[in-house]
Amino acid sequence: MTTVEQAIELGLSKDEYQQTIEYMNRIPNLTELGIFSAMWSEHCSYKSSRKWLKTLPTEAPWVIQGPGENAGIIDIGNGLAAVFKMESHNHPSFIEPYQGAATGVGGIMRDVFTMGARPIANLNCLRFGSPSHHKTKHLLSGVVAGIGGYGNCMGVPTIGGECTFDKGYNGNILVNAMTVGIVKKDKIFYAKAGSPGSPVVYVGAKTGRDGIHGASMASAAFDSDSDSKRPTVQVGDPFTEKLLLEACLELMETDCIIGIQDMGAAGLTSSSVEMAAKDNNGIEINIDKIPVRETKMTPFEIMLSESQERMLMVLKPGSENKAEEIFKKWELDFSVIGEITDTKNIVLKENNNIVANIPLEPLANGLIYERTYEKNIITKKVNIPNNNSNWLESLKLLISNHDLCSRRWIWEQYDHMVMGDTIGMPGSESGIVRIHGNQDQALAITTDCTPRYCEANAKLGGMQAVAECYRNLCSVGALPLAITDCLNFGNPENSIVMGQIVSAIEGISSACKVLSMPVVAGNVSLYNETEGKSIPPTPQIGAVGLINDTKKQLLNIIRKNNNQDILIIGQTTGHLECSIYAREIEKIENGQPPNVDLDKELSHGKFILNLADKELISICKDISDGGLAIALAEICIMSNLGCYIKKPKEINVNEWLYGEDQGRYIIISESNNTETIINEANKNNISITVIGKVEENSFIVEHNNSKQEISIDKLSNLRNNWFNNYFEK
Amino acid sequence: MKPNIIVFPGSNCDRDVYIAIKNITGHSPKMVWHKDTSLENANLIVLPGGFSHGDYLRSGSIASRAPIMKEVIKKAKNGTPVIGICNGFQILTECGLLPGALMRNNKMQFICKYTHLVSNYDNTWINKKQLGKVIFLPVAHHDGNYYADDNTIERLIKDNRIAYQYCTSAGIIEQSSNINGSTNNIAGIISDKENVLGMMPHPERAINTKLGGEDGINFFKNVFEKLG
Repeated sequence: MTTVEQAIELGLSKDEYQQTIEYMNRIPNLTELGIFSAMWSEHCSYKSSRKWLKTLPTEAPWVIQGPGENAGIIDIGNGLAAVFKMESHNHPSFIEPYQGAATGVGGIMRDVFTMGARPIANLNCLRFGSPSHHKTKHLLSGVVAGIGGYGNCMGVPTIGGECTFDKGYNGNILVNAMTVGIVKKDKIFYAKAGSPGSPVVYVGAKTGRDGIHGASMASAAFDSDSDSKRPTVQVGDPFTEKLLLEACLELMETDCIIGIQDMGAAGLTSSSVEMAAKDNNGIEINIDKIPVRETKMTPFEIMLSESQERMLMVLKPGSENKAEEIFKKWELDFSVIGEITDTKNIVLKENNNIVANIPLEPLANGLIYERTYEKNIITKKVNIPNNNSNWLESLKLLISNHDLCSRRWIWEQYDHMVMGDTIGMPGSESGIVRIHGNQDQALAITTDCTPRYCEANAKLGGMQAVAECYRNLCSVGALPLAITDCLNFGNPENSIVMGQIVSAIEGISSACKVLSMPVVAGNVSLYNETEGKSIPPTPQIGAVGLINDTKKQLLNIIRKNNNQDILIIGQTTGHLECSIYAREIEKIENGQPPNVDLDKELSHGKFILNLADKELISICKDISDGGLAIALAEICIMSNLGCYIKKPKEINVNEWLYGEDQGRYIIISESNNTETIINEANKNNISITVIGKVEENSFIVEHNNSKQEISIDKLSNLRNNWFNNYFEK
Repeated sequence: MKPNIIVFPGSNCDRDVYIAIKNITGHSPKMVWHKDTSLENANLIVLPGGFSHGDYLRSGSIASRAPIMKEVIKKAKNGTPVIGICNGFQILTECGLLPGALMRNNKMQFICKYTHLVSNYDNTWINKKQLGKVIFLPVAHHDGNYYADDNTIERLIKDNRIAYQYCTSAGIIEQSSNINGSTNNIAGIISDKENVLGMMPHPERAINTKLGGEDGINFFKNVFEKLG
C-alpha cells in the first residue's frame, strides 16, 4: 500500500497519484507507483512539451524514421541511411561531471546502435557557467574528460560541437551529446515486440543500484543540496558498451531479433513498457532472472535502476541459443527474463508471486499537460555605441574571449580520428566523416544554438539555431538534410519559461520548413533551474548534411596568398545588439538579436552549394559569433596567412567588423574567378561584396584612409591560449 | 606475406590498420581473435590500438595474458616481426617483449593530435632515406609517457633501438616537443633482435592528405618492402 506522501516523494503530484488509482482500480503498491512515476516523469513522457512538439515538421521524401523511435533515420543513398539523435545529460553532469557526461555519451550511442547502425561520429554541446564561478573549472575538466573517456574507448570519433560560458548556467550546466551512425536501409531495427509467446531477453551489463530513479531526478529542479543526489548518477563502463556494440551488431547480422530497445532513462521500466505497448501486447517479466550485481535488490530498485550498458530484446522463438552464443563470446550477460503476452498489462513476478500488474496503456501514453504560457516579451531596441573603441584593441579582446577562442584544449582530449574517415576536423563549421568504404561521399555534422539570442527572443533564437546549422553545413559544401533538437529550458510550470518553449518551437518549426530540414529526432530537458532561477532558453540543434563528392568539399584553410580575393555573401548592416562585441566591449547585454531572413538563408546556402559544385570556390566559412572580423581572423590563423581588407564608406568600422547580421558567408576566390562569381550572384539577386585580398602575414584593415594591422602570430597566440591560461591560474 | 592482426575485446584500431595495410600493400591481413591459440602462417603480427579490456588494471596488462599472446611471444622470440601500435605497444611492454612501461601522460589528459617525429637510428623498420627526416603522424593516447630506468635507456641508445622520438617541426628533440613526458622523448622502440617494434603514433591514420597526413603510407610500404 502506498500513500500520497510517497507518491509526492517519487515526483508525482497529488492529482497524478489519484489518476494511478483510477487506472489500477486499486491503490498501487510501491513498485507499481515507482513505475508510474518514472513513465509519467517529464523526461519520459514529455508531458509539458508534447503538445508543441507535434507542430514540428517531421516529413520529407528522404526521412525514413521521424521522432518517436530511439533515433531519427534519413536516406543517404546507395542503400544506406544515417541514424542520429541528440540527448541531454544535464542534471547528472552537474552533480558528477565525469560520470554524468560519460554516461550521456554512452546513452546516445546506444540509442543509435540499438537501431542497427554502427556509430561513426559523436558531437557535444556544452554550456557552462561563468569562467570565474567556483565550480566551472571542475565541471569543465570533468565533463570533457568524461566525454573523452567514453567516446575514445568506444573507438568512435568525436568530431565537433560547441562550448560556451554564461553566468546563466552557474547552477545548471548543459551537456548535450549527439551520435550519428550508418545502417543498411534493409537492416534497421525497431523497438517492437512481435507476437505473444516471444521470449524477452536481457543482455549487457548487470543491474546495480546506480541511477535509481534518475529520470525523476532529471525532471526536478535543483535545490541547494543537489550534491546529495550523487547516488542517482549512473556509472559508465565504456568497455562493456564496446562489447555490447559488437555483440549487438553481430547478432543483427542474423535473423534472431524481432525488436530491440536500449535501457536508458527509467531503465528496464521504460524499455519493457515501450516495446510491449508498441504492438498492443502485454509483457511478463520474472524479476529473479534479471542479472544483478548487488544482493537483496527489491523489484522497485531493479525496475528503476539506470545501470548502463544494457539492452532489452524480443527474439524469434527458438533462436535463444544462437543469440546466447554471440553474447557469451563477448563475455556479456544474457538472460531470458520473460515473454510477450496478450494481457495488455505489464506483470512482474518474483518467486512466482505477482509483485506488479499495471495496464500498459496509461504508462505508454503518459500524460499531456496544457501548461499556461506567456509569449516571450520582446525586449526593446537598444543603442550600442560604435565609436568608443579602437577596432584593433577590440579584436585582441574578442579573439581571446572565452566564447570565441580556440577550443583545441577540449577537442585534443577527444579521439577525433579513429575509424579513419574524419576529413573535417573539430574546430571547423561542421565535422566531416567519409561514409566508410566510399571515398567520394561524406556526412557533415554540426550543432548550434545561440542562447543570448534565445534569451532576448526565443522565437528568433530557435529560428537562428536552425539557420546557423544550415549555414554550417553549406559552408563545407554539404547539402543540409535533417535535424535533431535537444530543447533545454527551465521550469515549464513557470508561464514565462513555458512561453519560451512555445516560441522557440515555433521558430525552429518555421526555419525547418523553409530550409527543408525536417526534425527527425529530439529530446526535451526541462526543470533546468537552481533555487528558482532558470537557465537561458537553449534549444540546441544538431544537423546532418551530405557531401556527394568529397573533391568538392569546402575548406576553411587557404593554401596560398597570391591572387586570392576575399568576398562576403549576404548583406552587412552592422547589427551590434546582442552581439559578443556589445557584451564584451560595451558591456551591454540586452537588445534585439539580428533578424533571420529565412528566404535569404535558403538562397545564399543554395548559391554557396552551386559555387562549390561548379568548383568556382574551395574555401568558405559562415559568419556568426563575433562577426566578420572573427570569422576572417579564424581563417587567417588556421591558414597562417594574412589579409588586407578595406571598409566600405557607408558603414562604421566596428559595426562592419563585429556586427552579427545573419545569412552571411566569407568566400575566398581565385582572382580570375571573381568576376564570374559576382555575375552569378547578381543573376541570383544575392548581395556580394569584394572586401579585400589574402596577404602574407598580417591582418590589415583600412578605413578612413588609415591602416592598422596585427600579425597573425600575435592573433594566433591570443586565440590559442585561453584554456591553458585558465587552467594554469 | 600474411599479416595477422590480433583483435582483443576493446581493440578499436583493428579495422583501421587492416584497411591501411590492404590499401597500401594489397595484402589482406587475417584477423585473429584473442582467444585463438595459433598463428600458423603469420609472417607479420600487428597488435592494434584501442582499449583492450577497457584499459582496466593497467593499459595492456590483461591483454598481455590473453591466450593468443603465448603464441605471439613464441613467434617473436623466433624472429617473426611484430608491430604494436599504441595499445599494442602497451601490450608489448606488459608482456615483456619490449622493455620499459607506458605511464599516464604527464598532463594527465588524453592527447589526440598530429605530432612531429624523427628517427635517427638505422634499423629494420626505418627506411635509410628517412633517417633524420621529420615525419608527421597522429597520436591518440592517455598512457603514452614512456619510462625505463637509466640502464635500459642507456642500452636502448647504445644499441640504436630508439625508433621514434617526439621533436619540433625542424627535427629538434627538446622538452617543448615532448607531448606526454616520455623519457628522452621516446615515441617508439625496437627489441634487441630488431624484430619487435612498439610505437605510440598511429601510422594507419596518416594515409591520405584529407585525413591530415600521408606519412603512414611510407611506413607500411617500407615495412612490407623490408620484410619481403
